[in-house]
Amino acid sequence: MSRPVRILYFARLRETLGTSAEEASLPDEVMDIIGLMRWLAARGGVWQEEFDGCRQIRAAVNQELVQNAASVKAGDEVAFFPPVTGG
Amino acid sequence: MPRPSRQVTKWHFSRRSRAADMPVKVQVEDFDAGAEIARLRLSDPGIGAVACFIGQVRDMNDGAPVGTLTLEYYPGMTEKALAAIVDQARARWNFHDALIIHRIGTLQSKDQIVLVAVAGSHRGECFSACEFIMDYLKTEAPFWKKELTPAGERWVDTRESDDVARKRWESKL
Repeated sequence: MSRPVRILYFARLRETLGTSAEEASLPDEVMDIIGLMRWLAARGGVWQEEFDGCRQIRAAVNQELVQNAASVKAGDEVAFFPPVTGG
Repeated sequence: MPRPSRQVTKWHFSRRSRAADMPVKVQVEDFDAGAEIARLRLSDPGIGAVACFIGQVRDMNDGAPVGTLTLEYYPGMTEKALAAIVDQARARWNFHDALIIHRIGTLQSKDQIVLVAVAGSHRGECFSACEFIMDYLKTEAPFWKKELTPAGERWVDTRESDDVARKRWESKL
C-alpha cells in the first residue's frame, strides 16, 4: 500500500541535498522518523552523509517538533532541519 | 457548559488588545519597537509593567566579521511554535499580553532581529516571561541564521549556552 508523505528540508539540509521539498511514497517498513532517516540515508551520497545519524538533525511532523521514535503516517508533512539558531 | 477562555478567567479586563489578536509576527520588514511597545502598554489600564528584549545583528561572530546575516524559517510551523511558546509562558506566569516580532531575510550589522515584549500588572512576572520566551525561541522556534563573512557563507552553529538557558526553566517547574 502506498503511503504518500511530503518531506521538507531546511537550511543546511536544503543546500546540501539540493532540494527543499519532495513527495515520497513510503515503503511499509518505514514507520517512524528514525526509519525514514535510514530510508533517506540509503539513497547514498549526500543523503547518507546527512542522515547516517552522525549529524544533529531535528524533525517535525505536521509542524510539531518530534523525537525520532515519532510515527509517520500517510499524508503527513515531515520536515528535517539542523538545530535552530534564531533570536 | 462552555469553559470560559483563560483570558477571561485570569483577567477581568473588558477587551483584548490589538496585539493580543496577533501576538506573533514573522516578517521581512523592520519594526518600530517604540510603537509596538506603546501599543501593548496602552492596550489595557491594568498594565503596570512591560518587559522587553530586542536582539540585533552583531558585526562579529565566532571571531569573524559578519557582513550580512540571512534568516530562514519554516512558514506555518514557525508562527505556531512562537504562539505555543507564548502559551507555555502564559501557563506559568500571570501577564496580560505578549508580543513576538521576528524578522527573516537578509539583515546587516545593527539591524533589529527580534522583539519580545510582555505586559502585565507587575514587573516580576513580565521579566520572567520575557526571558522564558527568548530562551525557548532560541532553542525551539524554527529559524536558521547564515552569515556572510570574508571567508564565505556559513550556517551559524547552535550554542550550548542556549540549551543550558532553556533547561534552567525545566528545573524550575
